[in-house]
Amino acid sequence: MLRDITIGQYYSVDSPVHRMDPRFKIIASMLFLVSLFLIEDMLAYLLVIAFIGAVIYKSKIPVKYVIRGLKPVFMLIIFAFLINIFLTPGEEKVSFWIFTVSIEGITRAFFMAFRLILLIVGTSLLTLCTSPIELTDGIEYLLNPMKRIGLPAHELAMMMTIALRFIPTLLEETDKIMKAQMARGADFESGNIMKRAKALIPLLVPLFISAFRRADELAMAMEARCYRGGEGRTRLKVLKYTSLDAIGAGIVAVYFVACIIV
Amino acid sequence: MSIIIKALTHIYDKGTPNETVALDHIDLEIASGEFVGLIGHTGSGKSTLIQQMNGLLKPTAGDIIVNNLEITKGLELPKKQRKKYAAERKKQLIEVRKKVGLVFQYPEYQLFEETVEKDIAFGPQNLGLVESHVKQRVMDAMALVGMDYETYKDKSPFELSGGQKRRVAIAGVLAMKPDVLILDEPTAGLDPQGRDEILGQLKTLHDQEQLTVIIVSHSMEDMAKIANRLIVMNQGKVVLDGTPKDVFKEIETLEAIGLAVPQISYLIRALNEKGFALPDDIITVQGAIDAIQNVLEKRAK
Repeated sequence: MLRDITIGQYYSVDSPVHRMDPRFKIIASMLFLVSLFLIEDMLAYLLVIAFIGAVIYKSKIPVKYVIRGLKPVFMLIIFAFLINIFLTPGEEKVSFWIFTVSIEGITRAFFMAFRLILLIVGTSLLTLCTSPIELTDGIEYLLNPMKRIGLPAHELAMMMTIALRFIPTLLEETDKIMKAQMARGADFESGNIMKRAKALIPLLVPLFISAFRRADELAMAMEARCYRGGEGRTRLKVLKYTSLDAIGAGIVAVYFVACIIV
Repeated sequence: MSIIIKALTHIYDKGTPNETVALDHIDLEIASGEFVGLIGHTGSGKSTLIQQMNGLLKPTAGDIIVNNLEITKGLELPKKQRKKYAAERKKQLIEVRKKVGLVFQYPEYQLFEETVEKDIAFGPQNLGLVESHVKQRVMDAMALVGMDYETYKDKSPFELSGGQKRRVAIAGVLAMKPDVLILDEPTAGLDPQGRDEILGQLKTLHDQEQLTVIIVSHSMEDMAKIANRLIVMNQGKVVLDGTPKDVFKEIETLEAIGLAVPQISYLIRALNEKGFALPDDIITVQGAIDAIQNVLEKRAK
């Protein structure tokens, strides 16, 4: 059950998208997110979908895998959809009890749902195509100018890598503890909310303890290898822009301008 | 209380690039009162197999029958028709988990309560027992793992030593009074003394309480000492199955899959090559000492 979560995961294949420079990919993703909030009408949405479709195709990641990543946020999307359908004022179409549905409401709800889906697909594509190490390197690079105002760019980037790195580990751990407690008769699936919340204690306590233990061990292991922050630290892989990034930049620029015009 | 496994197959992440076949058409029958050692390399499917035995994992194909309850009933049907069996399956699983106690690897990481007593009581409480019965079960379980009830009941499980924590965790499963006890690497990460104590207690449990015990282990030495049946797994299949003496005779097969026989088997073989004529079914140090003394005494005469 917990194996389904794909947010923040890296999908390891060799594709042009995977080979691009992480800095470029981060900026492109940000532009993509901005573009999502610029667009208003149907035509623009088709453009966005065509763009993201092309990226997914080029990245060689199965569409099914990308869509599976939407599962955990499915409820959120439905919720946003319903809120928009019922709470947008406008020309009345159907009304019952305290609810009124307007034409504007329906269109807005659809747009909102699509926007959320694209938002998640766009961001998960970034992590699916970029290994955590590359991603952090990219983030660190992009944050470097902020160092002047005292922002610890390296430390922030390192924190992010570690967080990403530990998502699958902690999920695995949760799965294991859940099974162990189920073997002792714990029931996570039935009962009312209060009962279910209480049933989580045998899961959460060991999980937190193991997370702290892991953090301790990791800190020790890093110190043992003389880690002392970003100062004077050199890189194993130096980031370099390639012609691939130039092509990508061209495509993204065209796309972004098209979004603004449409 | 028998466990019958028929053509059991389990595939992880079916339909994704990470697809792995963990179990490949396993057929097994474990009878009541056996002491089984389940041996195999990391990734050979041991842990998957034991999780199947109390219904924590749903098999991809095949049947598992625990104590005449077919816990895999209806799973082979298409999703819609499965619903018919869902309620029945749930009931059966509760029943099976009562009967088949499963102790995971590093079980001490599942401890969560403030006191040892409360933690061990978690299982029996989930069975819906009344308070006085729960307390009795906790006391019994602690006695079985050799912990003094009065000394430890109010201690926090987190301030105990590694070996003690593990005993508390095992007691937590024993308190459910299972007929079958399955342990995944119960001695991993313990010092030699802790290891011998836990294995000794498991042996006693098996002998005195007539528990069926299944231990997953890497250690041939340990299994040679206590198990009366060994099942060797490799890449999701059962490779060897028999008494320790028979299994350890298959030195070539075991080495081919990257496992070793107990050190003492190598010594016996080396001595026999030098003309000692020792019986080839010796698997424990004590057995070897006796046999070698025997031969030497004969020679002296």
